[in-house]
This record gives sequence, structure tokens and C-alpha cells, in this order.
Amino acid sequence: MNKINRRNFFKKAAAIASVAAVSTQNADSASTNILSDERMGVLVDTTVCIGCRHCEWACKEAHNIPAGQLDDYHDRSVFKKFRRPDETALTVVNEFENQKNKLSPIFVKAQCNHCDHPACVSACIVGAFSKFENGSVVWDGSKCIGCRYCMVACPFQVPTFEYNKAIEPRIMKCDFCIERTKQGMLPACVEICPMEVMTYGPRNEIIQLAKERISLYPNRYENYIYGEKEVGGTSWVYIGNKKMWEFGMPKLKLSPAPGVSESIQHGIFAYFVPPIALYSLLGGIMWLTKKRSDLEEE
Amino acid sequence: MEGLLPKPLKIKFFTPGVIILCLLALNGLIFLAMRFIFGIGSVTNLNQQYPWGIWIAIDVATGVALAAGGFTTAALSHVMNREYYHVVVRPALLTAMLGYTFVALGVFIDIGRWYYIWHPLIMWNPNSALFEVGICVMIYLTVLYIEFIPIVTERFIGRVNLPGILSIFNKVLDKLLRLLDKTLSKVMFIFFIAGVVLSTLHQSSLGTLMIIAGSKMHPLWQTPILPLLFLLSAIAVGFPMVIFESLIASRSFKLEPEMPVLRRLGSLVPLLLFIYLSFKIGDMVIRGTYVYLAEINIHSVMFMIEIILGVVIPLRMFMSRAVLNSPLWLFIASTLVVFGVFINRLNNFVIAYHPPYSVSPYFPSFGEISVTVGLIALLVLLYRAFVMIFPIISIPENSSSPGTLTNPIH
Repeated sequence: MNKINRRNFFKKAAAIASVAAVSTQNADSASTNILSDERMGVLVDTTVCIGCRHCEWACKEAHNIPAGQLDDYHDRSVFKKFRRPDETALTVVNEFENQKNKLSPIFVKAQCNHCDHPACVSACIVGAFSKFENGSVVWDGSKCIGCRYCMVACPFQVPTFEYNKAIEPRIMKCDFCIERTKQGMLPACVEICPMEVMTYGPRNEIIQLAKERISLYPNRYENYIYGEKEVGGTSWVYIGNKKMWEFGMPKLKLSPAPGVSESIQHGIFAYFVPPIALYSLLGGIMWLTKKRSDLEEE
Repeated sequence: MEGLLPKPLKIKFFTPGVIILCLLALNGLIFLAMRFIFGIGSVTNLNQQYPWGIWIAIDVATGVALAAGGFTTAALSHVMNREYYHVVVRPALLTAMLGYTFVALGVFIDIGRWYYIWHPLIMWNPNSALFEVGICVMIYLTVLYIEFIPIVTERFIGRVNLPGILSIFNKVLDKLLRLLDKTLSKVMFIFFIAGVVLSTLHQSSLGTLMIIAGSKMHPLWQTPILPLLFLLSAIAVGFPMVIFESLIASRSFKLEPEMPVLRRLGSLVPLLLFIYLSFKIGDMVIRGTYVYLAEINIHSVMFMIEIILGVVIPLRMFMSRAVLNSPLWLFIASTLVVFGVFINRLNNFVIAYHPPYSVSPYFPSFGEISVTVGLIALLVLLYRAFVMIFPIISIPENSSSPGTLTNPIH
């Protein structure tokens, strides 16, 4: 029942968004930023991952990106180089040395973390990004003008651009498998993972789960949930035997990334009062000085 | 300044310098064609970490700042009714109009889906600083075109002479121009004020752009007062840019420099630079970012160049009588301010930007530089063509060509 409600909500949200998009009278953002209590999240337990990279393959399959054979993903040589998600792979796994046990390295999967207060949603000039009720932050190609401001704004440096396309270059990033989750399926990476590294569920429950695991096995985990509070919280959260910035993730502030710029923006444009006040002021000066120079001429 | 009237200049279009500009423009256009055929990646050094390069930092951000002469002279001359400065208003307006046209062009070539450039008109995101910049620039560009119309009507009323069969429209067109002239002269003050308001809005919002990048930007530049700093620096660079151009123009068109006006404009600069400098220094002291100046690296060096060479030295120079009285020194001082603002915008958008996961710092490709240089060359060529067609530059009333100067150039 719950799911159906959510699905209906999507339809409604999409309809509202598309109406807003074509209506010039509507000064509201064409994007949405819903912070539902029921939003979903994923807990990534980096102590479990074995680096099989099946998630990389499944992700490409789910997003119509040439994926090749699953067997090819057993090639360990790719780990020699640190990789980032890009326009050809929306998620990648990197290998890190495990100082506690050199024989079993740490593997960390990276993708969009789906912020609760996404910088991309706030920054996008046309509102092409939306945060949906289920937590996913999704790009809309029918709006995007390709300005790449989202890439400037994102604190995790996640959105990527198809630089080598002259026509319809896309912003490529993980969309939390929104097409699959809408139909009640799991995200492709979560579903394929043989080690159950990832747990998909309501965000508050997976944070609870993370806390339980940490308190049950204090020797196995560093007591830190990456993404619980970073930039105001993300849908994807990580735990591991060290803090995540030891594994190539940026160390970030806890305040939401768009906070400062939005308050400045809204300050300058508070009900259009400052611009109108400035206009009136200049009009007054113009009138006064004009009168004076007319008098001088007489 | 009695006796000076704006008139179309009667000069030869092609000179050796102009031919060089044509070649530079052509070179830029070739790379521009490549960008549209093979994509942005084929011409630029941009990548997934560095999405914005010199096309945004120079063509757009610096372009907007250096076109600020348009709104600062409009504020001085039209809003504060200082008739005295009228001789520099038209050249500044032309610079702003062409400058903003090229800013729009710069955006057009930089965005991946250029054919959707109209989307912000109907797809609004009021949270976005870029949206505000985009909308304000679009409206301001329209205002600039409207402000330019009186120059067109002045030039063509009673002189409409279309070739061949089109001549049947001569009368209608003349009537239309007269009507336009009559209506506009009554409502123009609305646009003059609007132009100033729109400029203050988007000049400052251009500064808001990088705030959302947060810690990706070096602390020497990342500050919540960036919009104020951008606005103050734009206001400060307005008059030096007008002086800079006016002196180049009088040199190039073999006219006597309009020193009395330029000197008075120059005497306003120290105050404006001082206000900008005090906010810049004050911000640095309050946030304690001067600690970053202790280490010698690209950031501290570029910051010092921006402040010392671009603000402090010209500030001192503009306070000197000897500088204000000498065309050469006035030109050097103005150039320094223009250079300082250029470096500031480059610093804010390129040098200060440090994305996570970047493998190597961004440096513009030959193609990117070619396009930027080509567009600037094209702008200068258009400026030259415009002053030959329209009454922009003021010359002595009794002479129609600059060759017959009453006072020779010193």
C-alpha cells in the first residue's frame, strides 16, 4: 500500500514539475526537493566488500551503458589506478591498503551519495535536478542546457559530462536506479552484490543498522557513519574500519552545501524589495539632480 | 566640452593592425567550428573535475566586469545628471552592448546543449545564482539594445536609403524611426535606471556563483561577501575601462585624447578602489586568511598580483596629479585596474577552484585560448565598424573627419 502511494506521489510530483516547467507564471522552482521521512537509503559496509566489481557491471546493464562480459570484471589490474565514476561508469570500486591486515585490502564503492540537501538541485540554472520522495537525486535531460554548474557545485564531484558529444551531451551520474525502484525492484548494484555489502532500506533504519553494527563489533568498525551528517546528510552512508576520508572520500563540513548561497540569493531578492528599493532610490536621485540642472540652465 | 559632437568616423577600416585582428578572429572561428562539430572535449582541456575554464572565467565573468563602464557612466551621466561626462557615455554604451553580446555568445559556446539556451526563460530555479545571472544578463542586454536605439535613429532619420527595390520602404522606415525616437525619448529614463539596477544585481550574483563550491575553493577567495566584492570591483573597474578604451580609440583613430573628461573620471577612481580594497582586506583580516599568504605558492602569488598590481599601485597612481594629467600614465594606471579585475575573475573561477580527485591542474588548451582571443578580436573589429557607421565618438563640431584636427596631438 505504502509503495503504491509513493508511486502515485511520483506521478503527481512529475506532473506538477512538468506543469511548472512550461508555465512562465509560476515563479517556483521547476525542480523538486522533497525530504520525506520515508526516504530510502543504502548502508555500504566497506569491511565486507571483496572487490568483485559485479556492481559496476550491473549498473551499466541497468543504465544502457556498454557493459561487456561479467567475467571481464574479475581483472584485478584496474585497481592499480584510483578511479572515479565518470560518463561511462556511474559506480566504480577502488582498492585501498588495509593497514590492520595487509592480506585483505579494503574495497570502497563510489557513486552519487544522493544528498538530502543537494548542491546540484540548488545550483542548476533550469532546475533539471530533483530530489524525489524516495531519496533519489535525478537529472532531467529534457531541461538541462549543459552548463555544468552542477559539477562546480557538487561537494563529492559526482556529476560528469559527455565532453565528446556535440549533440545532446548528457550529465551522467547514479540515479539510485529510480526506474527499477519505481517498479519495486532493488537498485541494480544492491541486487547483484554477492556479499550483501549494501543494505537498502528507509534511511533512518539503515542508520540505526549502522549504529548497531558499530556497537556490536567495535573492533571491526571505526565509530563513524560517513554521510549521516556530511553536508546535511546523504541517502548513501558508509561504515568501515577507518574514517572514509582515508579511503578517498572528501572530508566535508556538516552544513548543507547550498545553505550560504541560497540565503544570499534570497536576501538579495527578498520579495523583490531590494531591487525595487534601489530602483526607487535611483529614480529619486535622477529626479532631484534633473531639477537642479534644469534650474542651473535657467 | 562645447564644440564636440558625436559623428560617424571617416577612417579606413583596414589597417595592418586590423588585418592581424581578422586573422586572430579567423583562427578562433576555426576552433569554434570544431567545438560545434566534435563537441567541447575536442577543443578544450576541461574534464570531469574542471567543468569551467577560461571561456567562463574570461569570456563571461571578465567580460561582464569589464563592460561595467556602461552602467557606471550611465549612473553618473543619466541618473546623477552630470552632463559633463556625455562624451564618454556613447563609447561606454557601445562597449557594454558589444561586451554583453559577446558574454551571451561566450555562454552559448560553452554550454553543451546550446540549442536549449532559452530554457531558463521558462524553466525557473530561483535558488540558483546562475539562473539570476542568466535572467539579469538577458534583460540587461535587451535594455542596452534599447539604450542604443536613439543612436540608430539619430543616424538614419531623414537618411534612410535602401538599395534597389527595397527603396519603396524608405518612407515607412523613416516614419518608424521617427516614432521610435519620439516614444523612446519620453520613456528612456526607465531604461537608464533599469540598466543600473540590473547591473548591480547580476554583477553581484556573478560573485555568488562560486560560493556553492564551498571548500572546493581556496579560502583566500571563498567568502560569503564574494557578491559584494564582485559588485565593488565592477564599479571600480568601470571608469578605468572607459579611460583605457578612450585612450586606445583616440590613438587608433588619430584623435586628440579627451583629457579633461578622462582626468575627472580618473579622479573618481581612488575612492572606488579604496572601498573595494578595504572590503577585500577587511574580509581577509576577519576570516584570518592572511595565514595563506605566508606560504609561497600559486595562490598567494596570484592573490598578491591581484591586490598589489591590480589595486594598490593604481590606487596610488590615480591620486597623483601628474598621472591624471599625462595620457600615458593615465593609460598605464587604467590598464593596471583592468588587469587586476581580469586576474581577480581568473583567480575566482580557475586558480582558486580545487576540486577533489583532480589529477592535474587545469590549463587552457590552444583551442580554448584561440577562441577567447578570436572573440575579443571580433569584438574590437565590430567596435571599429560601429564607430564608422554610427555617431559614437565625439569629434570637433566643424570637422567631419579626424584628419582635420584643430589641435595636433602632442
